[in-house]
Amino acid sequence: MKYQSAFEIIGPIMVGPSSSHTAGAVRIGNIAHQLLNEDPVQVTFSLMGSFAETYEGHGTDLALLAGVLGLSTSDERIPIAKQLAEESQLEYNFTKKNLGDFHPNTVLVELKGNTKEVKLLGSSIGGGKVEIQELDDFPLKFSGEKPTLFFNHTDQKGVIAAISSTLHQHGYNIARLALERYKKNGPAIAICEVDDIVESDLLPLLKRAIPIIDEIRLVQTN
Amino acid sequence: MSFTNLKELIELAEKEETTIAEVMIKVEIEQGGHSRSSILDKMTEQLEVMIDSVRKGTESPVMSRTGLTGGDGNRVYEYAQSGNSFVNPQTLLVLSYALSVSEVNAAMGRIVATPTAGSAGILPAVLVHALDSGKYTKEQVAIAMFTASALGLVIANKASISGAAGGCQAEIGSATAMAAGTLVELAGGTPVQVGNAVGIALKNSLGLVCDPVAGLVEIPCIVRNGLHAITAQAAADMALAGVRSVIPPDEVIVVMHEVGQNMPESLRETGIGGLAGTPTGKRLKEQVFNKK
Repeated sequence: MKYQSAFEIIGPIMVGPSSSHTAGAVRIGNIAHQLLNEDPVQVTFSLMGSFAETYEGHGTDLALLAGVLGLSTSDERIPIAKQLAEESQLEYNFTKKNLGDFHPNTVLVELKGNTKEVKLLGSSIGGGKVEIQELDDFPLKFSGEKPTLFFNHTDQKGVIAAISSTLHQHGYNIARLALERYKKNGPAIAICEVDDIVESDLLPLLKRAIPIIDEIRLVQTN
Repeated sequence: MSFTNLKELIELAEKEETTIAEVMIKVEIEQGGHSRSSILDKMTEQLEVMIDSVRKGTESPVMSRTGLTGGDGNRVYEYAQSGNSFVNPQTLLVLSYALSVSEVNAAMGRIVATPTAGSAGILPAVLVHALDSGKYTKEQVAIAMFTASALGLVIANKASISGAAGGCQAEIGSATAMAAGTLVELAGGTPVQVGNAVGIALKNSLGLVCDPVAGLVEIPCIVRNGLHAITAQAAADMALAGVRSVIPPDEVIVVMHEVGQNMPESLRETGIGGLAGTPTGKRLKEQVFNKK
């Protein structure tokens, strides 16, 4: 079954005009915002396909900006996102680019804060649903529909075992797990989608329990 | 999921001597693990957004961001008050409600996708119209929204609710069918009558192509939302009067999918064929996207 819940048919509450070109774009931007986990100062959006051709008419530019500023799909400030960006001194830039063989509604978000940066390639696949294709050049697919944990670490034995047993100890069920690394013993990212809302105390708990992990991030939409 | 087509859904409701809305609520509780009150609250919150979007564009004109459309919800609302209309002024109001929601959508205002943003006017229009009649409470209307969800789930899983995949019939047609069935249940009709309303409404939308000018959710989406709100009410009345859908609603849903697959790509949300391809459609596209 493609659709399971009553709220996939009635909902989401969103700012128009298009679930794929507006709501989905906010979500991609918002995922980048959560992954950066600090105030954004500079962002470049590279758009391809239908996004590139129609982004101004659909307000896709406003939606993406609103998302990286941390707004949700139903926030009525989306139409004034450019003003909000100026107020928070976020420098932004839109370009058209062929990103490769992806869904026509695909965007590359390069978001920078004062100390960190995030590179996210995401597609808006319809009805407000999104699919992230790449994170920081790793081919990691995820949707952000469920609470998703990101573990940056150095590839070595036992990391996944430690993550899964710690999550299990704290009562979380892993719905999906993915892992990519640049090379053996090199930088790696594991992502974990879990079924239940992640409480704010989980991240420090995980960090203490698994010290070999460099950074843990959370993407969660209520 | 305990139902995959309307026949199963109707039989479930009949067997348990309950409504389609209650079947859906039960499924939602079981699958999502949330309480009845929390999912009802969530639906009520969506109903409040629907009410706001209906009022916004009827009480005063709302213009789209591109400037191509707008103000029609208010125009028809005002005209309905004049009392000179061909159709009953009350009926004309439901049309103005749907226009309003779609105009709010095009103006980057807040709406509820039902089932999509492009077809978001129809269900709110008929629900708020029912609420305004004073015959139903807000809670009854919020519960009825689960009827709409159940019907939409069957259509989305058996056919499609995407204009790019199935043409406008998949968006406007689905919304009309959902709205018609929901009104039947709200009025106390049987699950079988709900099915008939779905069948009748969907039959009347078969073949509708998705041909938005400049690819924008404005022309003809806004007008189609308006007129189909009246169609939904009429289909509900037909079913309540005892009219049957001779072709069973499940077969209509399947055939809608087939018709959609047979549509050329130029008529499936590409902004190429149909109204988008008319001289004026092309000129407007030029106007919106190359104005710098």
